[in-house]
Amino acid sequence: MLIKLGKENLHSEFVELIERISGEELANCYQCGNCTGGCPVSYAMDFGPREIIRLLQLGQEDTIKSANSPWLCVGCLQCYCRCPKGVSAAKILEALRQLSLRKGESHEEIKEIPFPFLKNAPQQAIVCGFRKFVS
Amino acid sequence: MKIPYYPGCTLNTVAKGFDTSARESAVLLGFELKELNQWNCCGAAFPLTPDNVMGLTAPTKVLVNARKEGDTVTTLCSVCYNVLKRTNKVVKDDKEKRSVVNTFIEEEYDGSLNVIHYLEVLRDKIGFDKIKAAIKRPLKGIKAGAYYGCMLLRPFEDMGIDKADGPTIFEDLLKALGCEPVEFPNKIECCGAHLAMGNEDVVTKLSGSVLSSAKNRGAEIIVTSCPLCQYNLEKSQKGLEGGAGGTQMPILYFTQLLGLALGQDEGTLGLEKNLFDVKQLLKERGI
Repeated sequence: MLIKLGKENLHSEFVELIERISGEELANCYQCGNCTGGCPVSYAMDFGPREIIRLLQLGQEDTIKSANSPWLCVGCLQCYCRCPKGVSAAKILEALRQLSLRKGESHEEIKEIPFPFLKNAPQQAIVCGFRKFVS
Repeated sequence: MKIPYYPGCTLNTVAKGFDTSARESAVLLGFELKELNQWNCCGAAFPLTPDNVMGLTAPTKVLVNARKEGDTVTTLCSVCYNVLKRTNKVVKDDKEKRSVVNTFIEEEYDGSLNVIHYLEVLRDKIGFDKIKAAIKRPLKGIKAGAYYGCMLLRPFEDMGIDKADGPTIFEDLLKALGCEPVEFPNKIECCGAHLAMGNEDVVTKLSGSVLSSAKNRGAEIIVTSCPLCQYNLEKSQKGLEGGAGGTQMPILYFTQLLGLALGQDEGTLGLEKNLFDVKQLLKERGI
């Protein structure tokens, strides 16, 4: 993967926004990878939590924007509980998700959600799913 | 003793047995779960990003209504517990957010409520010894895997229901009921949660790991306190319509086991709603 580095990446508006929404300071992460080690869904992610933070540290907005990682984070907080620096990758992934949703970009279309799921699933799954996936 | 009780949406609908078994077993233990006069959905997810104050309004409304009925509220669903307890802490500790939320919902709430889980009621207000003494139908030798999942415990500093390194509250209850608790490595791992919406394959894998991890340690049933864990764990097994998993294990709410052991009328346990019936196992063991 070709990475371009420059002032415009390292101090981009996008990265500042993610820091502001998440309340996390990206520089606190020293890339030990404990978060990815504990993440139950990292196997299905384009980039695990550690890589997402690294890409943000390097201001790689385009690469991050197309990654599926934020939509797969379940918010189980294993990453945060394992982090020796107290960084919450879950908050950072949530901020990425929020940024899309706040722009009106939904990840799931309500009309495409299968009826048996809506009928049988616990209400909390539907409410939580809507909050995480639908703008 | 009456304890103000917040059922939450799921317990009012698809997880009715969780609700009725808890209410009935409370009566058998000499207290009452008094449902709040007014309540709404907690929002089903604590807003992880600190700038999302809007996500705190629904749970704060629940807390406001609960505060009108006492200084404590109890709940059964792990997610409701997580959302209410964490929201209460934010409102209590963060002046600025408290003011924004209160202004928005036109209330004056200060975070002075004590949010406790039903497991804490059983441990701290009743006592596992007293429960043990009240057992009419000991679940002798049933090997049960206590599945905590995520929301009961994490983040440890906010939830504080039990020790971070090896919680035992669930196992201690199971022991009091006569079960043999089974330690298994995935007991505090995620079941896949809301990924049930649109990412079923991930749920099948995550819940499948929980199931096989418990089964490999000898568990015959899994016990949970979360309707979404219950749903995901059931759906990820070898069901009537096929299904990807290799197990067929009954997944019960801890209150269903409690009710069974206390000799509760089976009509209020909601066992018939469980995909995999525990009755066969009970029959085999002569319970």
